[in-house]
Amino acid sequence: MVLDQITSRAADSDRSPSESGFSRRAFLQAGAAAGGGLLLSLRLPLANGDAEAADDFVPNAFIRIDRDGQIVLTMPYVEMGQGTYTSIPMLIAEELEVDLSQVRLEHAPPNEKLYGNPLLGGIQATGNSNAVRASWQPLRQAGATARTMLVAAAAKRWNVDPGSCRAQSSEVLHALTGRRVRYGELAADAAGMPVPENVALKRPADFKLIGTPAKRLDTPAKVNGTAVYGIDVRPPGVKIATLAQSPVFGGRVKRVDDAAAKAVKGVRQIVQLDDAVAVVADHMGAAKKGLAALVIEWDDGPHAKLSTQDIADELERATLNPGAIAQNIGDVDNAMASAASKVEAAYQLPFLAHATMEPMNCTVHLRRDGCDIWVGSQAIARVQAAAAKTAGLPLDKVIVHNHLIGGGFGRRLEADGAIRAVQIAQHVDGPVKVVWTREEDIQHDMYRPYWFDRLSAGLDTKGIPVAWKNRFAGSSVLARYLPPTFNNGFDPDTVEGAIDLTYTLPNMRVEYVRVEPPGIPTAFWRSVGPSHNVFVTESFMDELAAAAKQDPVAYRLALLEKNPRAKAVLALAAEKAGWGQPLPERVGRGVSLQFVFATYMAHFAEVEVAKNGGVRVRRVVCAVDCGTVVNPDTVRAQIQSGIIFGITAALYGEVTVKNGRVQQTNFDSYQMLRMNEAPAIEVHIVPSSEPPGGMGEAGTSAIVPAVTNAIFAATGKRLRKLPVDAVALRQPI
Amino acid sequence: MATTIKVNGVDRTVDVDGDTPLLWVLRDVLGMTGTKFGCGMALCGACTVHVDGVATRSCITPIDSIGSSAITTIEGIGATAAGAKIQKAWLDGEVVQCGYCQSGQIMSASALLASNPSPTDSDIDDAMSGNICRCGTYVRIREAIKQAAQSSGRGG
Repeated sequence: MVLDQITSRAADSDRSPSESGFSRRAFLQAGAAAGGGLLLSLRLPLANGDAEAADDFVPNAFIRIDRDGQIVLTMPYVEMGQGTYTSIPMLIAEELEVDLSQVRLEHAPPNEKLYGNPLLGGIQATGNSNAVRASWQPLRQAGATARTMLVAAAAKRWNVDPGSCRAQSSEVLHALTGRRVRYGELAADAAGMPVPENVALKRPADFKLIGTPAKRLDTPAKVNGTAVYGIDVRPPGVKIATLAQSPVFGGRVKRVDDAAAKAVKGVRQIVQLDDAVAVVADHMGAAKKGLAALVIEWDDGPHAKLSTQDIADELERATLNPGAIAQNIGDVDNAMASAASKVEAAYQLPFLAHATMEPMNCTVHLRRDGCDIWVGSQAIARVQAAAAKTAGLPLDKVIVHNHLIGGGFGRRLEADGAIRAVQIAQHVDGPVKVVWTREEDIQHDMYRPYWFDRLSAGLDTKGIPVAWKNRFAGSSVLARYLPPTFNNGFDPDTVEGAIDLTYTLPNMRVEYVRVEPPGIPTAFWRSVGPSHNVFVTESFMDELAAAAKQDPVAYRLALLEKNPRAKAVLALAAEKAGWGQPLPERVGRGVSLQFVFATYMAHFAEVEVAKNGGVRVRRVVCAVDCGTVVNPDTVRAQIQSGIIFGITAALYGEVTVKNGRVQQTNFDSYQMLRMNEAPAIEVHIVPSSEPPGGMGEAGTSAIVPAVTNAIFAATGKRLRKLPVDAVALRQPI
Repeated sequence: MATTIKVNGVDRTVDVDGDTPLLWVLRDVLGMTGTKFGCGMALCGACTVHVDGVATRSCITPIDSIGSSAITTIEGIGATAAGAKIQKAWLDGEVVQCGYCQSGQIMSASALLASNPSPTDSDIDDAMSGNICRCGTYVRIREAIKQAAQSSGRGG
């Protein structure tokens, strides 16, 4: 794997597929590649189900086998630490019978028509934990098809029955005669072979790569300083800019005194925009010094008095009125009226910043006739479109070079950073790299929405829930990001984790009230909808168990009779966690169970609450059933990662607004979990041959209620608002 | 003002204000981008380099404070015994995810191992708690440091 091959250019004609030799197959076609190799063109099915019209076959992924035996995969997903650059090639290598090291990845250029992700409504993006989910079937079929064609080419050359040949380690072998030929030598012949209509995929028992802890392909360059992230690009003559954006969202620059900034050595230029000021310099040190020397007077605009409390109050009021019905099972009102007892609770979750370790940055070289952009993006087609619009250029004149991402978590699905960089570049001769300070990164993020949730349940005389009502209010990110997905008053992300619960609930109604906060931009945040809903549903389930005076694990298990996979992960995790075994005073175990991103996950958190209220998560045990495991080490790594990310949010995560300004600035006021606070983590994988579930995000949503439920077990205090309030947990003297 | 600093054994002369943080000299003037920017306030450790073998946050280290001290960066740490062991342990243990913080993590861990061949959990906490990893690779970092220490113990 050569990492510098991962960067891509939008207008790169030599990577365009050859049109020759396409068969009529709807999802996969084969032909000759430029240079004489074999080219497979794939079309992943689109979400709206219109992929069947063979007349307008438009591929969105390519596999090329060159004459030298190199296998090149062009695919629309980007690496941001989740292991996609390893898991995806594994799918092809498995069926193609080649070593993983022979598969080289090229990132697809921005083109939503070609590279749209079928599970993301056809947008070209990496997110929602679905790279493996979307490509599991088609990429294996493609690998098997290529293998079959290579075998056929060899058989024809030797004039033997293809059935007497087999593929192994990039070669086709004919055992009877001991003949062998390498794929590279066969690639051109194979391109002329008919495309098989049906290929048999390997049985799971025959997998050699899938299910093994393959080494990640992107790692070596990341331990010696040679990996190139967006922030590391250095086009010749590049200047470095940093910026101050209006501290209040929607504010404007009123007046700038830049005399002192211009006097700073290395400062080249001050760029004043409507709502931001940038300092352009030879290096970031000079740019930051210049920025500090600027005197900027702002017109704060309409949100000058906005506070988080205003937003929370508005959301709370919104839950007093009916919302759009996201799920309605049975007759909840009737069941509630006849219940033996009733439990009610309201929950709140804060705005959250992404705080990726690589601060926001984007490098732009804008010329009269075109524009180059260097960035690490989860959605490069969005970057290209936004930049073209801002620069007033045709789409094909904007070339996006995508790079490794120093943390995405949803932040880099947005194009605001590219828009800002183009606005600055419009005033600068030559390339300019716009690097946000950490303070700008946190204070001008697009935030995980604030949520207010109102739940009620009716229990029968045995404590079993006979009615479940959940009404919540907050922002719909999808309604902005992908409007066609917002239908009948809700969207699928906002309600994921609130509907289709694993539990048998005969009467259930979930309602959503869309309320967009004034002035505060909202966005996807790792584990998206479930980051909110799983905390609420699993906290409330715990409350029901407590109200019923029942063991929280046994209470859940009793509701899982119709859901064996969910029951299995919960039972396994409980056993491994030592559920029921005694713990010291002010130490508690908490449980959570979820089914989101097509993955079942149970978490047990063991939490110690100090007398001063400080919370330490000592140990986490997770059991996961994510269907077929492509790379078990990546599964473990992503769960470990999600757990740390989620604990950070549970204990510390909170963005607050006062006088229209985000109050947090850097890692002192927006705290991250650190090495000395990291718990021991155990991950137990339930074997399964079901299709793969998503892994990049599930761990984050699952851990949060496990932690708060453990705090309840340790202290008897039920926390219904995040983050954890250590003051409320202080032991009375 | 021209300043000469020794980076990975090579003298480099730069013309910047004396209060310019070393981080920006490395990244933007010398083009050594392996050292990362994370916070600018020594809160996250992404910018960690060695100054005479001591783990140092380059984002708050003015260039004129360095004098004749030897600077080692991620680009050069593999040439040291501790650095090479740490890098190998990082690969063997599959520590890395997005990787952005890992230059700093490796520099902090290398400094620890060079001064303390068999660190305890508490030593690891002390040496590594200044380095934030948003991908949450802490569990694996801890294991990799222990593995590197064991390979040291065998005289490797």
